[in-house]
Amino acid sequence: MAEVRARTSVSIAIAGSGGAGVMTAGNMLLEAAAKAGWYGLMVRSSGPQIRGGEAAALMRIGTHPIDGLDDRFDILLAIDWQNINRFADELPLDGGSLVVGDPDQGEAPEVYVKSPARQAKVSMKATAKSIPGSWPNMVALGTAAGLIGLPKTEVAKVVEQSLRKRADTLKASLEAVDAGYAAAAEIGADYALAAPGSAPSARWLVSGNQAAGYGAIRGGVRFCAAYPITPATEMLEYLAPALADVGGVLVQAEDELASANMIIGASFGGLPSITATAGPGLALMTEAIGLAVASEVPIVVVDVMRGGPSTGIPAKSEQSDLSMAVYGLHGDAPRIVVAPNSIADCVVTTQWAVHLAEALQSPALVLSDQYFGQTRAVVDRPADVTFVGSRLTAQANTEGYRRYALTESGVSPMAIPGTAGVAYTADGLEHNERGTPSSQSNDHAKQLAKRERKLVGHDYGGQWADIEGDGDIAVLTFGSSTCAVREAIERARRDGLNAKLVSVRLLAPAQPARLKAALEGVSKVLVVEQNFGGQFHKYLRAEYDIDADVRSFRRPGPLPIRPDEVHRELTQWSRA
Amino acid sequence: MSTAPAQAVTWTPQDYKSDYKPIWCPGCGDYSVLSSVTKAFAALQLKPEDTVVVSGIGCSSRIPAYTSCYGFHGVHGRSLVAGTGLKIARPELTVVVAGGDGDGYSIGGNHFLHACRRNVDITYIVMDNHVYGMTKGQPSPTTEPDWVSKLSPGGTGVRTFHPLVIALAAGANFVARAFAGDPNGTAEMIAEAIRTPGFSFIEILSPCVTFRPEQREWKKVVHPASVQWTDDPARAARRVMTDDGFNVGVLYKGIRPPYQPPVGKARKRVADLEKEFAI
Ligand SMILES: Cc1ncc(C[n+]2csc(CCOP(=O)(O)OP(=O)(O)O)c2C)c(N)n1
Ligand code: SF4
Repeated sequence: MAEVRARTSVSIAIAGSGGAGVMTAGNMLLEAAAKAGWYGLMVRSSGPQIRGGEAAALMRIGTHPIDGLDDRFDILLAIDWQNINRFADELPLDGGSLVVGDPDQGEAPEVYVKSPARQAKVSMKATAKSIPGSWPNMVALGTAAGLIGLPKTEVAKVVEQSLRKRADTLKASLEAVDAGYAAAAEIGADYALAAPGSAPSARWLVSGNQAAGYGAIRGGVRFCAAYPITPATEMLEYLAPALADVGGVLVQAEDELASANMIIGASFGGLPSITATAGPGLALMTEAIGLAVASEVPIVVVDVMRGGPSTGIPAKSEQSDLSMAVYGLHGDAPRIVVAPNSIADCVVTTQWAVHLAEALQSPALVLSDQYFGQTRAVVDRPADVTFVGSRLTAQANTEGYRRYALTESGVSPMAIPGTAGVAYTADGLEHNERGTPSSQSNDHAKQLAKRERKLVGHDYGGQWADIEGDGDIAVLTFGSSTCAVREAIERARRDGLNAKLVSVRLLAPAQPARLKAALEGVSKVLVVEQNFGGQFHKYLRAEYDIDADVRSFRRPGPLPIRPDEVHRELTQWSRA
Repeated sequence: MSTAPAQAVTWTPQDYKSDYKPIWCPGCGDYSVLSSVTKAFAALQLKPEDTVVVSGIGCSSRIPAYTSCYGFHGVHGRSLVAGTGLKIARPELTVVVAGGDGDGYSIGGNHFLHACRRNVDITYIVMDNHVYGMTKGQPSPTTEPDWVSKLSPGGTGVRTFHPLVIALAAGANFVARAFAGDPNGTAEMIAEAIRTPGFSFIEILSPCVTFRPEQREWKKVVHPASVQWTDDPARAARRVMTDDGFNVGVLYKGIRPPYQPPVGKARKRVADLEKEFAI
């Protein structure tokens, strides 16, 4: 907390009713902080209304790379209070917090008044009214920026950039920002961040959805077919123009049955292909993913997970599609499942998924989630990696060509339409080496073993997991939960407790030998995930022999796993 | 469409047949459809390696592997979308999608509508036998309401689906009805459908001699349409809604340009895309 350690990160929530410009103010604050050399992120939280409902920009800005939200908020700044009480669970406040409201918008809801936070008032509405052409959210922007000590010049740059075509509004907005800074000075609270470290290296401001889309293109994807669904839509909206720029195409399909089968058709034609969806769409795609397994057509399916089951909680995060991803196909159907563990990693892991799908002629599922997908963050530019999709293809006129030949690796050359003398029919029916449908036990056993062999026998390298630190106790996690776990382990280390992080990127096929080596010497394993049923914990118990005490720490969405809860769990268990 | 040099006859219909023996019952209409397909390919001198036959599941959907072209035998009802993805990704290929009435009008019905309106340059052949052959005799969307089966003891009581009218309403660019018992006429129609840009749809009456033996009599009732095709969908629809269902011929030809987004023409390097992320 502020009083006990140097402020290397500050958490701010800007809230208000829809149309109040909360997200605009948040985005501008984040961009200005990025230009000033800080890191940070902004999580979008909104009510169920399509437009006009309550909204909150949940932000954290810091001197070091920021992967996740903190346990609590330093500042809650409400442009108005319409239904803002609905965010109470997502906005923990304490005695070190400050609640800023507008006196013209009535009293703050009881939950905030009763909190131990300090209360302050800024006349955003009246101030904006006195500056024709300005809006209360620009006063809020200035107030927030002032409270955290963000140089005004950086904020001005961002405002100028976004309003450069509207001279009148620009001038008014800058004045409103100034008024916000003055109001912040009057409040007299110190939430100033420590100065940024070294001059900004190459950094990006991206969302996980954009990052995953770009990673796919870097991996070689040139075809996407998809059906819109929250929270995957922004990935599609990123890909539509970006694919066109690089000579690819995005097709809007009539449903997910169509999108999955379209990408299979395109990939059968030789073009690396992807689709993105959320749980309901993935459920519809399962038959097609099984077809890609059996016919050995490479495809990548990104599942931006949200609260389930059924339509669930569309705009909130949850890691609850893991079981479906690793088990949800009929028949014995080996597939690749990977999960990025930071927003920046969405680039690399999606790129890797394309590489694996193409190399192993298999479907690869990428488990992102709403938190990654819709959060914008300042990240160090991800390192270039050499994962490029490249498929083993058949040469023209290969004598006695057999599409599903039983090779040692299990990968067999794939003939691409247009190649003479090796035409074949790809089939979802069980088949022999030529592809002729066969119901014979012998062919079935051999093709099953071939399809399993190519995935299990592949060397996935160190990319399979991120392993950090050492200790008697380890935390085993995946995906976005890694962000809180990383921070919890760092805090534990500061109080002298060493713990190891194992964040599994390759969820399927399971890597028992690698995990065993990673947990060498560990006696306690805490499994952390964001779902109700402990899907990761159960998967680990089914696929791995873990020679240690294992505990499960889990909670369903929409609340994120907080670093403090994991930290406490680690501390208590290590003392036990 | 990729063809051999003009005049030269490189491929005979036989060259488009694979060495697989079809699983079809003796007398099944689908044998004739296969021979019409290979005749049409020969008439157009399509390069086998540049031609792909895509299907779903059903007796009729077995057709890809019986040709010597590339084939994709996918899952039930999804042939049109697999074919659509393939054609958009590889516009230079000739894509022919084939299957049954259950595959295309029931489980794949939604894709049928959207394929018609999307108008990608593919040809769709439905071997309509008014029954689910592969699953041994259940009613399909084109089965008469009083047809009795184990699954529909008193008949379905549900009116039939009219594929031609629906194709017209949904925007198909070429609509025709053919009869399996006339392999040469059907071959000509398939060739014309492939030649016509956009989404071409041919409904082929193809008897299931096992579960609808009465369809053997179709050969006695089919007759060529008495009038030429039209380019007016409303006229075509009126005509086909009032005919006896056995009128054979091209019904409609439109001039709607096919849907084909450009592929393969990059205007930026991949690395340039990340400029928009830079701070
Ligand atoms: C998802 C799914 N549901 C059901 C089936 C079972 N099935 C296989 S073929 C078929 C119907 C085939 O009828 P049709 O398309 O008219 O082709 P025909 O066999 O008559 O040529 C059905 C229901 C399946 N394979 N997949
Ligand atoms: S069951 Fe009917 S449709 Fe199927 S092969 Fe036999 S005759 Fe043909």
